[in-house]
Amino acid sequence: MRIGIDVGGTHTDAVLLDQAMTVVAEIKTATTSDVTGGIVAALQRLLDRGGLDRAHVDAVMIGTTHFTNALVTRRRLARTGVVRLALPATAALPPATGWPAELLEAVRPSVHLCHGGHEFDGRPISPLDPDELKRVAVDLAAHDITTVAISSVFSPVTAEAELAAADILRAELPHLRVSLSHRIGRIRMLERENATIVNACLLDLADEIVDAFTGALRAVGVSAPLFLSQNDGTLMDAEHTRRYPVRTFASGPTNSMRGAAFLAGLTNAAVVDIGGTTADVGVLTGGYPRQASTDVDIAGVRTNFRMPDVVSVGLGGGSRVTHRPDLRIGPDSVGYRLTDEALVFGGHTLTATDLAVAAGLADIGDPSLVRHLDRDLVRRGTAWMADRVAGLVDRMRLTADPLPVIIVGGGSVLMPPALPGIPEVRIPGHHGVANAIGAAIGQIGGEVDRLFVIGSRLSRDDVLDRARAEAVDLAVSAGAVPETVEIAHIDEIHVDYLPGNAVRVVVRAVGDLDLGRARTPEEATPWATT
Amino acid sequence: MGYDLTLQGLHDLAEGAAVLGTGGGGDPYIGRLLVEQEMRAGRTVHIIGADELPDGALVLPSSMMGAPTVFVEKLPSGAGNVAAFRALEAHLGRTAAAVMPTECGGLNSMIPLMLGAQLGLPVVDADGMGRAFPELQMQTFGVLGVSGSPMAIASDHGDTSIIDATDNKRMEQLARALTVQMGGASYISDYPMDTDDVRRTSVHGTLTLCRRIGETLRQARAAHADPFDALTSMLAGTIYSLGVALFRGKLVDVERRTVDGFARGRARLESDGDPDDTLEITFQNEHLVARRDGTVVAIVPDLICTLNSETGAPIPTESLAYGQRLTVYGISTPPIMRTPEALACFGPAGFGLPDRYTPLEDLLLTLRP
Repeated sequence: MRIGIDVGGTHTDAVLLDQAMTVVAEIKTATTSDVTGGIVAALQRLLDRGGLDRAHVDAVMIGTTHFTNALVTRRRLARTGVVRLALPATAALPPATGWPAELLEAVRPSVHLCHGGHEFDGRPISPLDPDELKRVAVDLAAHDITTVAISSVFSPVTAEAELAAADILRAELPHLRVSLSHRIGRIRMLERENATIVNACLLDLADEIVDAFTGALRAVGVSAPLFLSQNDGTLMDAEHTRRYPVRTFASGPTNSMRGAAFLAGLTNAAVVDIGGTTADVGVLTGGYPRQASTDVDIAGVRTNFRMPDVVSVGLGGGSRVTHRPDLRIGPDSVGYRLTDEALVFGGHTLTATDLAVAAGLADIGDPSLVRHLDRDLVRRGTAWMADRVAGLVDRMRLTADPLPVIIVGGGSVLMPPALPGIPEVRIPGHHGVANAIGAAIGQIGGEVDRLFVIGSRLSRDDVLDRARAEAVDLAVSAGAVPETVEIAHIDEIHVDYLPGNAVRVVVRAVGDLDLGRARTPEEATPWATT
Repeated sequence: MGYDLTLQGLHDLAEGAAVLGTGGGGDPYIGRLLVEQEMRAGRTVHIIGADELPDGALVLPSSMMGAPTVFVEKLPSGAGNVAAFRALEAHLGRTAAAVMPTECGGLNSMIPLMLGAQLGLPVVDADGMGRAFPELQMQTFGVLGVSGSPMAIASDHGDTSIIDATDNKRMEQLARALTVQMGGASYISDYPMDTDDVRRTSVHGTLTLCRRIGETLRQARAAHADPFDALTSMLAGTIYSLGVALFRGKLVDVERRTVDGFARGRARLESDGDPDDTLEITFQNEHLVARRDGTVVAIVPDLICTLNSETGAPIPTESLAYGQRLTVYGISTPPIMRTPEALACFGPAGFGLPDRYTPLEDLLLTLRP
């Protein structure tokens, strides 16, 4: 048995899945400001409903917005040291360049530009200077700074400098907590470094959140290991989360799409997640969300995380409807006040939900309260919403082949059983808790992203073989069942203008979580080296 | 008239430079941050017209050379362009009165702005490409008889070297070899010119043009107006004269490979209305030729821009991805870039394309009965 939990801004959802991955129970509760309390309440209700012996829970998977919210609201961020190994290169753009002033104020990074780093082909830019780094340690200690982000030029090619610098700093400051950029991001210095700094300032909060989650599990008598969802749909264990909280960013949309795929039994489809205020549309390819190609700003900080390619429009169950002079639905919404304000709940605001009830698409509230609505308005309104969603799906389509559509979320009642131009529409059971299901079915992955030089010593095939093998090893050591590990993604990017055929290879391998191995904390901490 | 660049003007200029980069030239983002740092430190970017240069003055262009993929990782030291500029001044035994871009498209639009601010020198509102090109000899300066040599090249470490090559193509090859040794990115000053050369051999007003392109796109977005119509109206009053949305569709295939150190490839789009109506773009770092259903609709040196269909935001070749909704937008180049000598250097023949050059406006006439 496994439990999936989605902690959102307003709701905390939980699901219980058995060995055959059948949904045994699902519940929805309100998110509480006290982290432990909300999870305890959700777990208790879920376990009671499922009538389950606590000992039969093998693992608990949680997707959470805690860390994203901390950055967005600029609360609970630790003051962080930043060490960049690069001199004499990069001096023109020091760390945290381009950050919003309010965020800089909250983090107050203590920035140190030092010697070190590598060229694209692995030659050193300049040797590390241990005395320079010892002076950094003195400065960090003088300011009571206990976390540090270390980034080095081309560390995705060779991590040597970051590792050596971490050793030197920790020899001086044994309790220093270190985030290394090559563990966090890809090629592109500023974006990778930004994510590393953000990660470092979330480390204290990560301890607190992980402690609260494990405390909640203990409080309800569940001793199973804890995992958290990452932005790519894979899981990390609790110890890993303490080191890489930034990897939880944007796990919400990913979980929703993967949960939808699972519930509908489809791996290639468009997923429409309709909530109270917005409809989000993404595309699944091989069971995973298609990634956005552009850089992603989080709270005004540019990072190069892979995020799902999702388009959002202001159309949800709470969308306000106006019809004079023209019909308009959304983008403004009554949001969580739907149950007070919508006509079917005795309120005075005409909402998208009211149209759906009047059209017979949904049975919510009191249908007699919308019987007076103009039939033509109801017909045009529901047709407009269906056209809008169908248009979005078409915009996200890659090929001429029409895509089936999976609709999830509370607002799915707005959609008719068929959409114009779409071959198949599925609204699967349990669609209201697709997020929590996505967390529960998370896989375990490993990724390689490095520059290789193809030449007489290494052919292109050698390079790809080596990268594949490394990715598989990473996935297995992260807790994947070896037989289930598959290469999910291969990307080769040639480095322009350089003779000698430098190529950046990105390989991602994923596999099913080995629940048996997940039991032992020692084995379940694969990324234990920093 | 000369003017000081504002922060908003800089943002606009960077976006316009990415449009004129026609898919290549490197992302101006890093360059924009470099200039912003100078502005925040209280230094000024002053842009002047070529006609405002004092007679007989020395002008030195400034740029970065190498792989944009290296620039985004090994960020600039900030001292390299100063070092190359000073090394060339020392070699010539003269002091320069102004700095200028060689390439107004992409990242290199930003480098002279940073250097001008660092040195307190004006930046000439003109360049030698009127867009982005991949090699140093692809310049109106050289086409009209200016020697690229002597040029200076510098590394992040402060190494400098003077290259005095027998022709501009050999200068490119020698500088390229040094750039690789310098870690794949270098800082250069080439094509030293006096005022007369600048006035005679450059494409005029291109920094301001970039700024106005960015401004036009920004204002169109704010007004929820069509960005392409706005761009076309704006360009009509410039030396580029014609801008036209050639094709709107969805990107259905991208093929990239590295040949001789260049990112070569093809991108294919399907029309929004008719999936049998396709347009294929061939690129070598920058977009070179666009063929609609097999017929050429725009060809280098005219500009072929891939812009986001909704926002008009430029999409570089390395970010082209399946499913994107793009508008392929053509811009005609000014007469100085269309002479037989110019076309031999950076027209279809300069890139080994079999097609003949036909101006964008003529191609448009044959397409529209």
